[in-house]
Amino acid sequence: MATSSTHESELGELQRRLMLLRVGLLLVVGLLAVRLWHLQIREGPYYRDLSENNRTRSVLLEPARGLIYDRHGVLLANNVPSFSLYVTLEDVKDREGLVQNLADLLGLDPAMIRKKLAVRGSKMLPKKIKDRLTLRDATVIESHRLDLPGVMIQVESQRNYPGGMAAAHLLGYVGEISPEQLEKPEFADLHQGSVVGQYGVEKSFDRHVRGQAGQKSVEVDALGHEKRTVLVDKPLAGNDLYLTIDIKLQKVAEELLGEESGAIVALDPTSGDVLAMASRPGFDPNIMSRELTPKQWVEIVQDERRPLNNRASQGQYPPGSTFKVPMAVAALESNTMSPSSSVLCTGGYQFGKRIYHDWKATGHGYVDLHKALIQSCDVYFYTIGQRMGIDTMAEYAKDFGLGHETGIELPSERVGSIPSTAWKLKVKKEAWLPGETISAAIGQGYVTVTPLQMASMIGTVANDGVSYRPRLVQAIMDRTTGNLQEMPAVARGKAHAKPETFRIIKEALAAVVTEGTATRAKSSIVTIGGKTGTAQVAALGKEKKAEKDIPKKFRDHAWFVAFAPVEAPKIAVAVLAEHMGHGGSAAAPLAKEVIETYMKLLSQEPAVVPQS
Amino acid sequence: MIDRLTDNRGLDSFDYRFLALVMAILGIGVLSIHSVTHSQQTGLAPYYIKQIAWILMGSAAFVFMLVSDYHRIARMAYPLYGVVLLMLAFVLLEGRTSKGAQRWIALGPFSFQPSEFAKLVLILVLAHYYSKTPRVGWLQRVIMPGMLMFPGLVLILKQPDLGSGLSFVAVYAAMLLMVGVRSKALGVILLLVVMLFPFAWEGVWGSLHDYQRQRIMAFVDPDYDPGGKGYHALQSRIAIGSGELMGKGLYGGTQSQLKFLPEGHTDFVFAVYAEEWGFLGVLLLLVLFVALIWLSLEIASKAKDQLGALLAAGIVAMLCFCVVVNIGMTAGMFPIVGIPLPLMSYGGSATIMTMASLGLLLNVKRRRLSLFY
Repeated sequence: MATSSTHESELGELQRRLMLLRVGLLLVVGLLAVRLWHLQIREGPYYRDLSENNRTRSVLLEPARGLIYDRHGVLLANNVPSFSLYVTLEDVKDREGLVQNLADLLGLDPAMIRKKLAVRGSKMLPKKIKDRLTLRDATVIESHRLDLPGVMIQVESQRNYPGGMAAAHLLGYVGEISPEQLEKPEFADLHQGSVVGQYGVEKSFDRHVRGQAGQKSVEVDALGHEKRTVLVDKPLAGNDLYLTIDIKLQKVAEELLGEESGAIVALDPTSGDVLAMASRPGFDPNIMSRELTPKQWVEIVQDERRPLNNRASQGQYPPGSTFKVPMAVAALESNTMSPSSSVLCTGGYQFGKRIYHDWKATGHGYVDLHKALIQSCDVYFYTIGQRMGIDTMAEYAKDFGLGHETGIELPSERVGSIPSTAWKLKVKKEAWLPGETISAAIGQGYVTVTPLQMASMIGTVANDGVSYRPRLVQAIMDRTTGNLQEMPAVARGKAHAKPETFRIIKEALAAVVTEGTATRAKSSIVTIGGKTGTAQVAALGKEKKAEKDIPKKFRDHAWFVAFAPVEAPKIAVAVLAEHMGHGGSAAAPLAKEVIETYMKLLSQEPAVVPQS
Repeated sequence: MIDRLTDNRGLDSFDYRFLALVMAILGIGVLSIHSVTHSQQTGLAPYYIKQIAWILMGSAAFVFMLVSDYHRIARMAYPLYGVVLLMLAFVLLEGRTSKGAQRWIALGPFSFQPSEFAKLVLILVLAHYYSKTPRVGWLQRVIMPGMLMFPGLVLILKQPDLGSGLSFVAVYAAMLLMVGVRSKALGVILLLVVMLFPFAWEGVWGSLHDYQRQRIMAFVDPDYDPGGKGYHALQSRIAIGSGELMGKGLYGGTQSQLKFLPEGHTDFVFAVYAEEWGFLGVLLLLVLFVALIWLSLEIASKAKDQLGALLAAGIVAMLCFCVVVNIGMTAGMFPIVGIPLPLMSYGGSATIMTMASLGLLLNVKRRRLSLFY
């Protein structure tokens, strides 16, 4: 049995070698155990954290912006549901494939999608690719859901302005927050894709209207599809604004301007309430709040008529003869002139070698202050200007709010300029020339103002010197508490003039309408006081051309500032019609329309502040 | 059959410890499969029900392999190997394609994976060969068995099925270690190579650049990481790691329940288990596997003859290799190759084959007291 013993010994050897397998087994299982201990115990919390993030996605719930009403509760801005497209990069396996897919399905520009996806931020957070999807597009996405991992359609509220272009500059528009805005502390709790006010009240009251975003944590599967909601932190809707404007008056003002460029501002002089603030040309805030294509954007920005410019608070124009109102106050208050002393006007005023012409070449004869205002005699104001000096003139102009901000709660208000010797040294780095005082006295030269400032100025005169900061929002309704917070009228100070001075000036301004340069503003239902102005745009040659022969862009701006009723003023108006020529013919009738409309509205429905 | 099973004359007693271990692991497997798939829609029946069906069929195979004398089974080795090679060839030509690899033969509503059976048949072939052949030189010890293994290996890698291919090589290497190499030192080296292969692999593999790895893996196994770079591996590591000490509880594994973990019921069932039962559960499972393998080694070392010892050793080696590589890959110790976890991963062919192997193992044990005839 040699083979058998060989067999036995070989079997014995084999079975001894099994010992190696045992040692090997224990060794390897030991290594596995160590590895698993490392994974589960040492790095366990880390992986636990990873797994939590892996399965939950945070979906931001955009808040509904607060509503905006006019002073009578007419809805000016609300929200309508719209579909937004989001992509969560964490769930996207093939990014380029997805971009192509979305571009094909929705007819979008792949470069735009890539750009939106490249915005910095957590991979876990959905990035907004497009809003205002049509129902058809939303349906297409939903039906391709399985081929589009990480893609999500979210119903959100979209800003809507039922009035279209009405009060566009005042309301403003909303838009996605820009990367630059995101850096600012005031937008600290916002994120890419957040919608914020970009213009108008929407911007200046964004803090109130914005609301607070909520968050929804959802459990998702590997394809990024929502399985269930883990946690909901509801968004808080923004607060509602009750504006001071009367949308009916606003629309009338806008229609009066029509296709012309210009602005109409109507204030309540006793409170500073902005009753209407029209600027033309305008825009549709519904379009501006949408995602504009670069081409559309360029078209709007490069439009020579600058429709986005709010001419009421941002347009700076020479005030022309309307500037004579604060100058008249200055003359009386600085004792440069007494109300009864006269100046002889022969149609021109010689200063040095130069003759400054009056608008009426034949002259006005002897004029006192009253007559100077009624007939808008330039020579009278050349004379008092020359006597007062530029610095006194500037002091009084500023006393009426010119040359600085009115403080209206709108973005980027402009201040115009009220020149003085110090101003010229500072800004122009040159000494003041005496001849410049003469132009300034009739609101030309370096003097520029905004229509809003002029409305505020004439309101101050009407209100015997007491002025208020223009107020746009009369109350804010807190959505969560239901509390109504009223915004008080803010007195801005008092123009330093005696009541007697105001009486004299107002009397003259009333006569401007009844018998002076603004008879076209004469109303049968209300007494109106006002002052015309014709602001020269370009210095024309000596020979006077007929207005129709001058290219439109060189024609004068027509001004009219007014208040009514003269006895107890309730409305102050400034009308500026660009390149429309004479204030008396082009601007005064518009002011009359606005005033009459307001007086009628006032008798119909008193302003109602909503009850909380 | 029942008679032969209960007729204990000349046979060792049935090992109930062994059976208990097998059933415990099978039970854990079914539970994990149920946990990960209970929310899925499946056509015929839920996965766990199907797995129970496979286990029942596996039990039949287990009993069959237990009652017939392993000497008679081993005599069928070459014809069986021929059949397996034909099936592997058939799979390549006609087989059902899934995820870019052809591994299955459709049999009515079932599909059948010949490469799983090829592993057991290879063990039979090599054990039969070594027990019958005088082993005098390198040719008989190493080359000839290698030649026997080679056609099967080529056909399996051609599918491609890297996991089964590696198991094939592991079985061959384990057999070589037992009887094929004469020097003990060489044996130890070989053992270390086989056992530490996963860990050594990681060293070599880890030094390669990502794109190099991807090219290599795309070459040998297109199945590898279909979701994206390292997606499977990461999700599996997260699943295991997030289980921490106590686990998230049955049905509480977020990774697997929410389908972040791919193949949770098949190759990555260990990750599902580890996520839900934590490190304690993992230790328990490792103990069960070690105990099962320990008993199997016991069987091998007490086998009456070389054929029995070689069969037992081969089966143990295969079991060991599959357990270690599967857990190693789910734990992110080495790249993902498609090796199921024995007795736990869902799958008919693998379950039936593993249970048949265990039946064969017990067969060896039962007959250690009997005489040859």
